[in-house]
Amino acid sequence: MDVYLPIANLAVNGLVIVLLGAGTGILSGIFGVGGGFLTTPLLIFYGIPPTVAAASAATQVTGASVSGVFAQSRRGGVDYQMGAVTVAGGLIGALIGAGLFNLLKALGQIDVVISILYVLLLGTIGGMMGRESIQALYRKPQEKRRAAKRRHHPLIASLPMRWRFYRSGLYISPLAPLILGILVGILTMLMGVGGGFIMVPAMLYILGMSANVVVGTSLFNILFVTMMVTMTHALTTKAVDLVLAGLLLIGSVTGAQIGTRIASSVKPEWLRLMLAAIVLLVALRMLIGLGWVPDEVYTVEPL
Amino acid sequence: MIRRLLLIPLLAVAAITALPQAALAQARDPILVSEISQHEVLVRQGFTGTELLLFGAILDPDGSRARADYDIVVILRGPNEAIRLREKQQFAGIWINAENTDFRSVPSFFALASSSPVDQIVDQRTAAIYEFGLDYLQLSPTGTIDPEEHARFTAGLVDLRSRMELFQQDEGGVTISEDVLYQARIHLPSNVVVGRYVAETFAVRGGRVIASATSEVQVRKGGFDRVVAEQAQVNSFFYGLLAVALSVFMGWVAGRLFALV
Repeated sequence: MDVYLPIANLAVNGLVIVLLGAGTGILSGIFGVGGGFLTTPLLIFYGIPPTVAAASAATQVTGASVSGVFAQSRRGGVDYQMGAVTVAGGLIGALIGAGLFNLLKALGQIDVVISILYVLLLGTIGGMMGRESIQALYRKPQEKRRAAKRRHHPLIASLPMRWRFYRSGLYISPLAPLILGILVGILTMLMGVGGGFIMVPAMLYILGMSANVVVGTSLFNILFVTMMVTMTHALTTKAVDLVLAGLLLIGSVTGAQIGTRIASSVKPEWLRLMLAAIVLLVALRMLIGLGWVPDEVYTVEPL
Repeated sequence: MIRRLLLIPLLAVAAITALPQAALAQARDPILVSEISQHEVLVRQGFTGTELLLFGAILDPDGSRARADYDIVVILRGPNEAIRLREKQQFAGIWINAENTDFRSVPSFFALASSSPVDQIVDQRTAAIYEFGLDYLQLSPTGTIDPEEHARFTAGLVDLRSRMELFQQDEGGVTISEDVLYQARIHLPSNVVVGRYVAETFAVRGGRVIASATSEVQVRKGGFDRVVAEQAQVNSFFYGLLAVALSVFMGWVAGRLFALV
């Protein structure tokens, strides 16, 4: 099924793109990550220009998270109050990110910075998650009731002004999720990803939110931040390809629904271990990409 | 087309009435008639590239079959672009963009087909004048040029675009039948840019270009794809809103549908 992409300026196999969307959609349903960290590199690998890939992947992530948010909210899995704070941070972050993006692009180092960010972030987070989930899996059942589980990072407790986040079961300063939102917003703009793979672990391990609202709230944040990113791309780079985004959407909205079902039937420790493995693989691929002779030593940029 | 056919005898007459020495040389020059299978390529849904047939005939001025062997070189060029080419180099184990150079006019598409290898039919100087081949492209670099560096960057660009099928060189791609008819097939891949493409045909004999003809192909986007490409540029805000609305709507619909299952 050959489909011509009017913005990317080339013909692709539509089925491959739909399947790619479905794969990332399933991930987004299961883990509450947008899947952009997989879509963007894979689209580039398929031959689609990097800016078009990043911009259209952002649009796709919006769609995948809408169905995810609906599915999660039916189960009461979204903390809207927490979500509003991180979204506010995300919008500030996206603006800062756009500035950084242009600066790095002018220097010609944007792709190297993106790769290094991928390696560092995915490597650290994947490692953390992997270790934690393996420990959880090997722990004997009777030891499972951990005595006085630490809720959130000590640093969070030292921030001024505290709000009650009922659904998350937290009494912390809104500054913590705001800062998290800003950081994720910057990364979203720079890396063309939804940032769920940072949001989810940060909510779990740094903020200490209760696990049943983490995925829904992260998706809620991704939904609004990717909308903002799509608009920014449409206005500045003009690289949003509706046909490409549409194909990805067909796959991912379906995948997201399937993913949500899988998520409720598999042990969360296994889910986290799987996500850790995927994240580490992408990080490893990027690391190899930095050290190996790149596929394309030369890159063309229109003047 | 008809006008061009009429022009050729006129030019021949004009040449004969000029200096006798030149007239003698000109009189022996052949008539070159060139044509392309289609003058418009419509890029739309389902477009996966297309093949253009460039064909024509070579005749002696009196209209009889050419008495000597000619070589034919056909070049199809896309619109020129100004580009910046970046080169990655390894620093401390990491490959980063290190150097760059600007070119003012790089053809977005360049395909050469010839009846024999270019270096056998013309010398290097002639090849450079007529840009016979990827080694002789005139890319108009800007700024100070170190010849060695320029050669390296050009080779990098040619390699990149060749692998994207945007630069092609097929020495032997022109077939000549009965010393009269020639034809060449040039493949336009789906990633061509839109614009005016110019096909130039050269008849070469004894290392000299003795006749040439040009024709044009318009590559443009059609239907739905033209609308999308235009709206993305003109109404970017609404285009963005549409993209967001589409994604939210599709996500919502999928959610509703699966809730029913």
